[in-house]
Amino acid sequence: MQFRTITFLAAATLALAACTNPDRFGRGGADGALGGGYGAGGVPGSASDPASPAYFQQTIGDRVLFAVDQSTLSPGARSTLDQQANWLNNNPEYTAVIEGHADEQGTREYNLALGARRASSVQEYLVSRGVSPNRLRTVSFGKERPIEVCSTEACYSQNRRAVTVVAAGLIG
Amino acid sequence: MRLLLRVALVLLTALPAAAQQGPLRIEITEGVIEPLPIAIPTFTAETPAAEAWARDITRLVAQDLIGTGLFREIPQDAFISRPGFDAPVQYADWKAINAQGLVTGAVSLDGDRLTVKFRLYDVFAEQPLGEGLQFGASTATWRRVAHKVADQVYSRITGEGGYFDSRVAFVEETGPKDARLKRLAVMDYDGANVSYLTDASSIVLAPRFSPDGNRLIYTSYATGFPQIYEMNLQTYAARPLGEQPGTMTFAPRFAPDGRRIVFSLSQGGNTDIYSLDLGTGERRRLTEAPSIETAPSFSPDGSQIVFESDRSGTQQLYVMPVGGGEPRRISFGAGRYGTPVWSPRGDYIAFTKQNAGRFHIGVMRTDGSEERLLTASFLDEGPTWAPNGRVLMFTRETSGAGGQPALFSVDISGRNLKQVPTQGPASDPSWSPLLP
Repeated sequence: MQFRTITFLAAATLALAACTNPDRFGRGGADGALGGGYGAGGVPGSASDPASPAYFQQTIGDRVLFAVDQSTLSPGARSTLDQQANWLNNNPEYTAVIEGHADEQGTREYNLALGARRASSVQEYLVSRGVSPNRLRTVSFGKERPIEVCSTEACYSQNRRAVTVVAAGLIG
Repeated sequence: MRLLLRVALVLLTALPAAAQQGPLRIEITEGVIEPLPIAIPTFTAETPAAEAWARDITRLVAQDLIGTGLFREIPQDAFISRPGFDAPVQYADWKAINAQGLVTGAVSLDGDRLTVKFRLYDVFAEQPLGEGLQFGASTATWRRVAHKVADQVYSRITGEGGYFDSRVAFVEETGPKDARLKRLAVMDYDGANVSYLTDASSIVLAPRFSPDGNRLIYTSYATGFPQIYEMNLQTYAARPLGEQPGTMTFAPRFAPDGRRIVFSLSQGGNTDIYSLDLGTGERRRLTEAPSIETAPSFSPDGSQIVFESDRSGTQQLYVMPVGGGEPRRISFGAGRYGTPVWSPRGDYIAFTKQNAGRFHIGVMRTDGSEERLLTASFLDEGPTWAPNGRVLMFTRETSGAGGQPALFSVDISGRNLKQVPTQGPASDPSWSPLLP
């Protein structure tokens, strides 16, 4: 019975995540670039409001990308994650699920394991920057949820990603 | 869920025992160049109401046999004689049209109860091959009766076990590539009698049949996280297995005794292989390495497990004792090897290979020798063995934005590559054992 309750909470958290991040597999995050200065205020809830999940998703960037069959973080990825960690430290009411993904060039189960590695790399880095591990959970989608659908490196490079999905409330 | 079939297996005693080793023989492993010509006259309807059933059953027997690529059906309009089921066979009439095998049958219908009798003849040896047999079943299970007849014919001519009276569990896929919906489904080996076991509300992956065919284990995202489940195929009831918060579990496979499974568990980014006793819930860790260990598969005697690991830097295949212990690497060719599956006969391990941007399904001996690649495409993966260990089914996915998966099968000789009919895109097949 105990685990049923926990399971329900996890599902509820994810449902909430789906709400605050309308595209929970992360379309459109990376091209948010550097609009809206940090701490500038802006329309509440919009990407220019530094306390909003939209700011996290679009302005900071909710994802980092990986090389083929790798889970190490590039300098650019670490820079994005530094900002993600700052945001999470400044907005303690939020928790995050880190989704690890792989491109389609691999077997299904290996890619699940590879996505788990990528999500874990991000989790470890965020924890090293002061985010409490209690606020972070990882999940791997392997190659099940590509963001780009072509079968060339242009798409594969976008699909080899870890996406930090923030949501208000408890974590499962 | 499974159609109840009461097969009465009755030897027809009118005929003398036949020679076990006649010239009517196909060796599957050697690759057949010229399919064996076989005549399958429409079975005799012993009651008027049985006529349509006789026609359908004959067609399905023929379809099973021709579908193997090992037989060529002689058209019915070439037949010189049309024998009654109990009349003596005029061998000369069948030799004249070069029929090497002859299948005759008779069907009667009583209420909704079908009785199907058949005999197989070696035309050039001028003798029956094996005993005549009789199957009884309800009309609802007529396809199974036809499959059982075809299994007998196939088995007597090839010396291998049959595989037509079997089921395949798979994942039905709908929707665009970046938002696929997946449902667990089961069907007959030839795509008939599809039924769906889950709705499309969560991603489901890689089902596996229990050795008795009554249960499935698979991975589902029902909680939002990948976890392994067991489903009872009589009641559709599913239960989570080995749930532990903060972990992901996937790649479950049954032990040959059906009482234990092995699976992968990811924690802190590291994936290892565990075993779980389904009765007691006792869990044991079988590998302990910082690398990825997944896709385990038992040897049919239950003593060893083959799995994939990237401990060498790339995905390769390893064999370890069933209780864990030092693994022995068995794959050494160029490229990456994954999803090893031990043949139910114990003689081969099938696998997925990635090399130079292509995917292959291949087989090797259990020590890694005699590697042979059977297929090549943009994306082939996840072989599953037919119950007789002589045919493989796998997922083939096409490339690009409109890319879709489909099920294909191929002989271990590399011949007879063909798509398995499904209503829509499908992936992750798991072949059941031969049905009782």
